Amino acid sequence: MADKIRVRGLSVYYGELQALRRVTTSIADRAVTALIGPSGCGKTTFLRSLNRLIDLIPNTRVEGQIFLDDVDVYSPGVDVVDLRRRVGMVFQTPNPFPKSIFDNVAYGPRIHGLSNQRRLEEVVEQSLRRAALWDEVKDKLRHSALDLSGGQQQRLVIARALAVEPDVLLMDEPTSALDPISAGRIEELITELKAEYPIVIVTHNMQQAARIADWTGFFLHGELVEFAETERLFTAPKEPRTEAYLTGRYG
Amino acid sequence: MRNLRALEGWIYERLVALSGIASVVVMVLIFLFLFRESVPLFRDVSLRHFLFGRDWLPISEPPSFGIVPLVAGTFAVTVSAAVAAVPIGVGAAVYLAEIAPRRLREGLKLAVELLAALPSVVIGFLGIRLLVPWVKAVFGLPTGFTALTGAALLALMALPTIISVAEDALGAVPGTYRQASYALGATRWETITRVVIPAARSGLLAAVLLGFGRVIGETMVVLMVTGNAPIVPRSLFDPARLMTATIAAEMGETVRPSEHYHALFAVGAVLFAVTFLVNLAADRVARGREAR
Repeated sequence: MADKIRVRGLSVYYGELQALRRVTTSIADRAVTALIGPSGCGKTTFLRSLNRLIDLIPNTRVEGQIFLDDVDVYSPGVDVVDLRRRVGMVFQTPNPFPKSIFDNVAYGPRIHGLSNQRRLEEVVEQSLRRAALWDEVKDKLRHSALDLSGGQQQRLVIARALAVEPDVLLMDEPTSALDPISAGRIEELITELKAEYPIVIVTHNMQQAARIADWTGFFLHGELVEFAETERLFTAPKEPRTEAYLTGRYG
Repeated sequence: MRNLRALEGWIYERLVALSGIASVVVMVLIFLFLFRESVPLFRDVSLRHFLFGRDWLPISEPPSFGIVPLVAGTFAVTVSAAVAAVPIGVGAAVYLAEIAPRRLREGLKLAVELLAALPSVVIGFLGIRLLVPWVKAVFGLPTGFTALTGAALLALMALPTIISVAEDALGAVPGTYRQASYALGATRWETITRVVIPAARSGLLAAVLLGFGRVIGETMVVLMVTGNAPIVPRSLFDPARLMTATIAAEMGETVRPSEHYHALFAVGAVLFAVTFLVNLAADRVARGREAR
């Protein structure tokens, strides 16, 4: 399958601390790639390198290259704003803006210049449908997004990310703050969305990775220890450290 | 032992409740006192004359106690001060909270706090010495003791309050909102204007109102630089007399009890009513916005 993202020798430093060590890997198009590993192993740093959200942290240094469709996102001419539009992100805790449901989804299209109300309504409806939330909120689009349940908020945030028509979706432990039923709905949604998007998901939950991911990478101490098709990684890990983690001897 | 702990809890709960209602009790007592000392005025002067009379001549014969010039002076000076201070204060807070590099931010915050620490009489003194001659020369006026001079100094005094409260409000906006906005491809400016400021709006409103409260109650500076002529100012370049300055200037020279003495209390009651209504309205607006 075609690779959407290629990462070559990626190292990230927070001041003196090295958070990622020469990571090299590829992210397949229209597939779910899960990143697992103990806390502080660098998986979130890896994710935030992909959309350069890491630029917001002071004293950060990045070495190596990340190619999105053959363009290095860290090369000087890259428009970070456009990169972030193309690489959507969903965070650990649902973080809708304190605005109406409609305005949350319309936020991205509006800042990117869409002002026609009819078009906005179409985009909002389409995005909410794709995030499997439309039927629950179609009669209360003007209500505050903060009145929704945690699971609904997380699907709203996914709809908000989809509304700017990204090329890639990143998810940073998107179900860790949710109850099991809401988490299950998000997992179903991810499985549906992978028909259209490459999805990279960081998760603490190995069962979740096994259920939804096509590819899985195991991070430890800033190193990508092993990266393989999910089934192969879980059933026949090649690295002793991967096996040790999977059997519960780390983190 | 168990009873003793229950008793202890009971006592402390009552003490806390007492502190809670103490401020309300004090406020009610102040209001009653103002009311009681104001009422005797209206045995001799009609309420209509007091509220709508255009002459404040307390020691003429016969005296006249019309507060229109004082209300007009207060209105002109405080509203102008707020109009100047709000955009500058909120702008400074946005710069401090969202844009300034950390080192510069610490230095600027220190400067703002020092500004707040200046006693108002010192600001008034600087006003007389520097701003009054400047206003006179630049605008070609017969005197530099004008409503404008007072408004400018009051705006300066309101700034630290507005800046620090507004900066706190902006700082309290969760970082996750900013991250979500950046992750959608927003620029810093779009993030500030479309996410951070709307999310902080009730706190920003509180900042504006606290600044306004600081201005409307301020006495010393306006007493020193506004000229204190009890006339209705036709423009900001005229002298003005404010309610606060009137009370401060005249209270020491009244006989107690006298019409004049009671009239000053009535002015105080009007001032109190105005600030009370402003706060009440602000509270309503803040709540109304939160509910949405």
